[in-house]
Amino acid sequence: MTEERFEFKATTKRNLLIFIAVGVVLAIIGIVALNMGGGHHEGGGHGEEVEAAHHGFHWMQRVNANLWINIVFFTGLSLIGVLFFAIQYAAQAGWSAGIKRIPLSFGAWIPIGFVLMIAMFFIGGHDIFHWTHHDLYGPGGDEIIQGKAGYFYWPLENGSFPLFYVLRMVAFFAIWYLLFNKLKNLAYQEDLDGGTEKWYQMRKVSAIFIVFFAVSSSIAAWDWVMSIDTHWFSTMMGWYVFASWWVAGLALTTFIVVLLKDKGYLSVVNANHLHDLGKFVFAFSIFWTYIWFSQFFLIYYANIPEETIYFVERWKSSHYAPLFFLNLGVNFFFPFLVLMTRDSKRHTRILKVVTPAVVIGHWLDITLMVTPGTLGENSGFGVLELGLLFVFAGAFIYVVLNQLSKAPLFAKNHPMLEESLHHHV
Amino acid sequence: MAETSNYLTGVFEDEDVLLDAIKKVRNSGVKIHEVYSPFPVHGIEDALGYRRSRLSIAAFLFGITGTSLALIMQIGMMGIDWPMIIGGKDYIPVPSFIPVSFELTVLLAAFGMVGTFFVVANLKPWGKPKIFDLRITDDKHVMAVDLGKNNLDEGKISQILKDSGASEVNKKTL
Repeated sequence: MTEERFEFKATTKRNLLIFIAVGVVLAIIGIVALNMGGGHHEGGGHGEEVEAAHHGFHWMQRVNANLWINIVFFTGLSLIGVLFFAIQYAAQAGWSAGIKRIPLSFGAWIPIGFVLMIAMFFIGGHDIFHWTHHDLYGPGGDEIIQGKAGYFYWPLENGSFPLFYVLRMVAFFAIWYLLFNKLKNLAYQEDLDGGTEKWYQMRKVSAIFIVFFAVSSSIAAWDWVMSIDTHWFSTMMGWYVFASWWVAGLALTTFIVVLLKDKGYLSVVNANHLHDLGKFVFAFSIFWTYIWFSQFFLIYYANIPEETIYFVERWKSSHYAPLFFLNLGVNFFFPFLVLMTRDSKRHTRILKVVTPAVVIGHWLDITLMVTPGTLGENSGFGVLELGLLFVFAGAFIYVVLNQLSKAPLFAKNHPMLEESLHHHV
Repeated sequence: MAETSNYLTGVFEDEDVLLDAIKKVRNSGVKIHEVYSPFPVHGIEDALGYRRSRLSIAAFLFGITGTSLALIMQIGMMGIDWPMIIGGKDYIPVPSFIPVSFELTVLLAAFGMVGTFFVVANLKPWGKPKIFDLRITDDKHVMAVDLGKNNLDEGKISQILKDSGASEVNKKTL
């Protein structure tokens, strides 16, 4: 098997940088528009209401909330890449031998995600996390939040520095990055050494990563997403955030594989591999819906006010209801109906439409998790949101492609490459 | 069912010989009735030129029948026949109907698929399966050719089967 290398061409780099620059310009236009008193409130409501809504609302809040959405979403994608890679080894899967380098490259974003996240927490944390406000603690404060304070502030005094929270964040990123690095080095070393020894080592590291990620991804979801709605709680939240990340990561992997295939790369990938990737996106779109519905249905049926508030804010709000239904449409009905037939999963033309839609759809899902608790009715989707999404998407793709170009596109010494070549479904 | 046909059965020892033989026999213009093997042989559908099974279409149709029946039943009972307010919900609380609709969809799709498969594969209780050779459940592959549906005469077909690697050729009337 001859080696194949991805060439990160200067024109591709330039196009990505232009894409990022367009994003920056759009974001700045969005901020200017917000400051001019325009924005989404222009059309509706009478004067006083608009005044009241604007009172105490600063455009930085909207910028901070959207930065947080993108940081959580793209960090999730990078982790899912490593998880997908790890699962292939733990499951001893042969079919995926030719495509594993693509999800592995997502991991290169982990350190960037960490820097952005910790910086964002300290710079804009007050706009995102209600529980960081000091006046909630002590006499006359919020009793419910005080009851949960230990989870953030232990072992320090409530309302001071959230040591436990920050330590968790640092530790998770450190271990994720360490294990990703270990897997990456073993994978690249295998290209030089051959044999099956590296495969066994990677399987061991993969198993450790999966077990650690199972616990840490859930806790990360509580910390980064659920704690925004501090009074509220859901035992499904860990799975819900994971399901969203996971299907978005699978869709992005499929999309990049399809694009590389179209550019003439990845000679080891044929319609059978695309079929399996398509099945993953199809199946886990249904899985996401199952998780989404499980969370929604129990809350809807039990009808306890402290739980239903989450869906009252989203479903029963004229501001969020269209997005609430769009979320189900683009993340469930669209992939479910379009990817149902065998042919649609085997042809790149349909995959090229569905997979980016699913990725954007789950960005919207994370938006719906974050914005009602941070911005309430002051949120919106304008050039600011679009611009920040462009910046993050461009940067993420740049980092991934850069990582891909550092090593061969597929592992020529992978012990199961031969099996993958004869994969037939 | 009462009609009987005459068949020639070629017995093969090895699946590679069999796969090769299927291509040779088809190329020489003989229509194969069916091939039986004791284990799944990779690529045999392609060699026989089978189209993709339409069972999934049947599954889809049975599935949407289940969804429709479940929704009609629940809306009829809960919303029209005996409207009741339960847990402060509407008379027709659509989210509450989803689990039952899902279950009936799966149930009808599964039963419908199994039933369709049984009928199509002639495994219905009143059907009499055609057994060309008992050894197909042991270690032999058998290729059956319907003499009535082929223009070539018996001796010619027998020769083609033997030439393509059959260890023995038998005549069977079923």
